[in-house]
Amino acid sequence: MLTALFGLIRKDLLIFITDKRALIITLVAPIVIASFFGFIFSGVNAQKEPAKINVALIDLDHSAISQRIVGAVQADHNLKVSLPDERTARDAVRKGSLVIAVIIPKGFGDAAGRAFFTGKSRPELTLYFDPSHTAELALVRGVMTEHVMQGVSKEVFAGNSANRILNETLADAANNGMEPAQQDQLRTLVQAAQALYGNNLSTPDANANVEMGAPFAMAEQPVTSSAGASYNGYAHAFAGLGLQFILVAAVDLGIGVLMERQRGLWRRLRSAPVSRNLLIASKVISGSMIGLMSLLISFSFAIIVFGVRVHGSVPGFLVVAAASAIMTASFGLLIAALGNTPSGTRGVSMLIVLLMLMLSGAWIPMFLFPAWLQSATKVLPVRWAIDGLDAMTWRGLDWASAAQSAGVLLAFAAAFFLITLKRFRWEE
Amino acid sequence: MLEAKNLKKSFGSLQAVADTSFVVRPGELVGLLGPNGAGKTTTISMLTGLTQPDSGAVLIDGKPLHGDTDPSKARIGVVPQELAIYEELSAAANLRFFGSLYGLHGDRLIQAMDSALELVGLSAQRNTKVKEYSGGMQRRLNLAASLLHDPDILLLDEPTVGVDPQSRNAIFDNLEVLKQRGKTILYTTHYMEEVERLADRVIIMDHGQVIADDTIAALHTQLPQVAGKHANLESVFLALTGRQLRD
Repeated sequence: MLTALFGLIRKDLLIFITDKRALIITLVAPIVIASFFGFIFSGVNAQKEPAKINVALIDLDHSAISQRIVGAVQADHNLKVSLPDERTARDAVRKGSLVIAVIIPKGFGDAAGRAFFTGKSRPELTLYFDPSHTAELALVRGVMTEHVMQGVSKEVFAGNSANRILNETLADAANNGMEPAQQDQLRTLVQAAQALYGNNLSTPDANANVEMGAPFAMAEQPVTSSAGASYNGYAHAFAGLGLQFILVAAVDLGIGVLMERQRGLWRRLRSAPVSRNLLIASKVISGSMIGLMSLLISFSFAIIVFGVRVHGSVPGFLVVAAASAIMTASFGLLIAALGNTPSGTRGVSMLIVLLMLMLSGAWIPMFLFPAWLQSATKVLPVRWAIDGLDAMTWRGLDWASAAQSAGVLLAFAAAFFLITLKRFRWEE
Repeated sequence: MLEAKNLKKSFGSLQAVADTSFVVRPGELVGLLGPNGAGKTTTISMLTGLTQPDSGAVLIDGKPLHGDTDPSKARIGVVPQELAIYEELSAAANLRFFGSLYGLHGDRLIQAMDSALELVGLSAQRNTKVKEYSGGMQRRLNLAASLLHDPDILLLDEPTVGVDPQSRNAIFDNLEVLKQRGKTILYTTHYMEEVERLADRVIIMDHGQVIADDTIAALHTQLPQVAGKHANLESVFLALTGRQLRD
């Protein structure tokens, strides 16, 4: 029986090796495409400058406050700032070459200074934005809030126009419709600010750091298993795309089985004293070996060229990779069991594969999915394969995490195998 | 000895084989004839263990054939109607694979491959990929693949379909050699002249039943002589199965 099993496996591997198209699709294509996706999605990394958002800033005010804001925004590491005129900026947003244009209107500085104490008559910043970039809009909104707060507070407390703004605020207090008691409280507040900062105005250097902004700073730390482990977009890309190509190879395996049946090869194989289970099992084993080889070659390339590291358990990584390969090979056999003709089956099975990949986060990061979809996709085996490989590479999780993913993958594989044994038609 | 004993097989409401019995004795080459849909392929499938009969049995030297892994299956060599070989591989790789299915390995496998390739005249092309073979060479390799494990019984299902006269003649020569070696051979075909050349005996099936089982000479006598000559096998076949088209 072992001679027959080895013979069946060796035959499939020989056919795979002699088929140049299969070799390229299974071994080379995932490396090329995963390299591209990894480059695109490599994301914020401790060693890398993040991608910047293209923003245009149009200062129609030219006040001390607006100039402070422009200077701060230009220095922000999240943004790439240009200073065109309003019309040019608006056209650029409309054409999609610019994400957001921020207009600082005339009189913005003075109005913002006065509104700083009273909250009345707040001036508006106008944001022209590309509606396909709403995520960037939220980020720019936050960045502008921070810089406007800092710019206005610095000027009203310690800038050259600080005294004028404070005096105007006090003079306006009587005319702004406030209750007398509130006017007194505001006057007290503003005079206290004058008293605090007024002495310092004669020595401007002492007020260099006087500003109002967020009363906290953020210490950002990527949370992985160890200090050395950091997110590597290539690790996720090679997991997702690696899975994609071994699934495509599994579809080819299933179609190949249907073609062998069509060509009468299964009749001949079954005329030998070998069991049907052995024939099916040999296909799962050879398909798994090809899938595992593809995954390991892809990841070896990623490790050597892109610095991907298995920060978790190396045996765990190998177990998850092997379980993924077994699951995909069993899936290929399931296709053969449920399909009729090779041509008809190929289209349907490719559609299923692409849907599984899309919903499992193989192409785009899972965090972009709605929360309910992130939970729902746990019914897909590919999700477990990708999560398992991520866990062992950049997340750096331990063996227990690998065991959970591998267990679920092997359960899927067993279910596919049993359905195949039950449903496979041995005769054309 | 190969024996089909009261074989019956239905597919839904279609009765493909109805109470079929015959015997193929050691060293005998028997032609199995029948129009399309007569039940030949289903019968061959039951004889090779691919299809389980609804009732009846296949006996090899009196022992019933049971299940996929029955060791008695190793006594049978099957040459299917289709070219059931891997065209992506060389002849040697194909034979190495088919030999492994019967537990052959090492020197025994090499000897079996050499012997089979020599018989069918493909020794010189053993390392050539099958897709580069002519149709006739592929048919001969199809035959060689069934001989590796040195079976006592050979079941050939239309082994010369689409073959040029030279390769066909070569296959006939191979079969005559095998017959001389004492193999028991059951041969299905639509070509009457093949059976007339090769067979010791002819079984004709129609509508799932054996309607004739005799030597060619005996079958010839079933029709009256015309101009002092016996009818040929095709006339006998048409007389027994009718001239209606069987599509």
